[in-house]
Amino acid sequence: MTKPIDELIVQDKGLVSREIFVDEDLYKQELSKVFARAWLFVAHEDQVAKNGDYVVSKMGTDTVIVTKDMEGKVHVLLNTCTHRGMRLCRNDMGNARTFSCPYHGWSYSMDGRIVETPGDLAGVPGHATYYHGELDKKDWGLVRAPRVKVYKRTVWASWDPDAPDFEDYLGDMKLYLDYALDGRDGEPGNNEMIGGVLKWRVPSNWKFAPENFIGDNYHDISHRSVDLVGINPSGGTGRRDDEPDEATTLGFPKLGHGVIGEPPYFEEPEFVEQWAQNPEVLEYYRQVHKRREERFGDERRVSMTVGTIFPNMSFHGRQPRTLAVFHPISPTEMEMWRFFLVDRDAPQAVKDMARHYHLSYSGPGGLTESDDMENWSYATDSSRGEISRSIYFNYEMGLGHARELEHLEGAVENGVFTEENARIFYRRWAEFMKAGSWDDIYPGKGPGPDPTGKAAAPADESK
Amino acid sequence: MSKADEIELLHEVTQWFYREADILDYREYAEWLKLLHPDVRYFIPLVRNVPRIRDTEFTREQEDNAWMDEGFTTLEKRVKQILTNIHWAEEPPSRVSHLITNTVILSVDGVPGAREVETRSRVFVYQNRIDDEVNHFVGKRIDRLVESDNGWLLKHRTVHLDQSVLLAKALTVFI
Repeated sequence: MTKPIDELIVQDKGLVSREIFVDEDLYKQELSKVFARAWLFVAHEDQVAKNGDYVVSKMGTDTVIVTKDMEGKVHVLLNTCTHRGMRLCRNDMGNARTFSCPYHGWSYSMDGRIVETPGDLAGVPGHATYYHGELDKKDWGLVRAPRVKVYKRTVWASWDPDAPDFEDYLGDMKLYLDYALDGRDGEPGNNEMIGGVLKWRVPSNWKFAPENFIGDNYHDISHRSVDLVGINPSGGTGRRDDEPDEATTLGFPKLGHGVIGEPPYFEEPEFVEQWAQNPEVLEYYRQVHKRREERFGDERRVSMTVGTIFPNMSFHGRQPRTLAVFHPISPTEMEMWRFFLVDRDAPQAVKDMARHYHLSYSGPGGLTESDDMENWSYATDSSRGEISRSIYFNYEMGLGHARELEHLEGAVENGVFTEENARIFYRRWAEFMKAGSWDDIYPGKGPGPDPTGKAAAPADESK
Repeated sequence: MSKADEIELLHEVTQWFYREADILDYREYAEWLKLLHPDVRYFIPLVRNVPRIRDTEFTREQEDNAWMDEGFTTLEKRVKQILTNIHWAEEPPSRVSHLITNTVILSVDGVPGAREVETRSRVFVYQNRIDDEVNHFVGKRIDRLVESDNGWLLKHRTVHLDQSVLLAKALTVFI
């Protein structure tokens, strides 16, 4: 028997039990209480660019078909024949009006002229004869995700009809996701996916990844080797161009999201050279900077390096500009996916340089990311032991030192080096695990956490 | 090309592959860089499950995503990273063996002393690290070698791995 959730996540002490990274029962609960409820990233719209295009994706441990019907609407359908369970689509991608099961021939149509709702059962061999016309085809369409949202060319879905609207689920974290999905000059949704998704298996619990990307600047030492060698696109050492001095960690305690980035600002800082190894690319970013100044004027804007949307999607907004998803396979294994983005209308030289840089940075062959895999895998492995699984991980750094923040609703600012965002992530995880339904965890509901520590401290009326 | 010339050339290139494998398996990475042409391209595309009639099984070189798609500069950085001795994915070092087989010559161009030869082989790269971590990188390898004053140099390598989802947590070995 595992401990109650509040003993696994000891919030006031910053402790997280290793059981949540290795235990089979907790993993099974996670699949239903986290993955079957939350909004999950399923695809980039470029993967289903034309009507009839489809791409196979994952939600938790289920395989789904993401498809654009003949009217251009996106559907997320469980990829299993309702008759006898055969994996209906065994291709990764393609274009099809109809999915026919290779086992007994049941077929499902994406054409609204043939079926009432795309994904419904269209053809059953022997329907009139063997079934005597008695099988009601309307009852046996593909199981569909009830909630689907196409947001700035990304596709998200939830299995829970009661989930909040996607934008409420994001809260003001939306600004930071926008930074990655908007063009470099801030043009809404100006992003294009470079063809092909990196998919690889990692013997790590899935939570190590979103925890890392939510705000772990402390692990910089992991990447000392690539920093020494230098893949900085302006040349020299380091793995990225210089980042703004205002960079900090920002977290959303009631939502479970967090980011390493800049708090909202109202004036574009001076242009800093970037991608300087290629003069044409450098010039593109110089122009981008001018367009940002014109677009935003004195309005609110943000920028960011890495962040996590609870539970299993993380993204890099600057260098590299990528999306990542962490699919659970077992308590101690995940499948990691990476998508690379560029401005849709950028010159080819800008796209080429970004693609090469993304590849040298990210993925199993990336000079940066390969070292993360080693850490997450062997941290998982060494939490399996009978004694080691009984102890806690330490997330004490900066406990009680979060600060309130202006211009960003529901957010706290925690400083560059802190484990506040990881605490926020595990706190939200605990809320999902304890909740009976979305009613208990609806964004903004209840008193919520107080990571600033003010509630716990006795009031000092002398100031 | 006469039969004898073809046998000699095949012997030459396969011996070159075996020497390269020895250099990599015995971790003499600085020596390996000397086998590369300055304009080398090293390409390992992604593989997708697609209908037989489609030509989208592999991602495209210098256009799409890939496991690796790079030239000498980045390959040299990979070597330098290993040699920092703090590249944790290869520290302590993996045990790696390259098996190269089924080599056939696809084409030969140019005059003796400046020939360019294209070959196709099968590769089996076995990686074992720490206690029980085992990875198999198996696939088809298409190599283009050019003759220079310093012997044959690798000008172009494409590896078609026989995996769509990479069943390895990291790709820190050269294939």
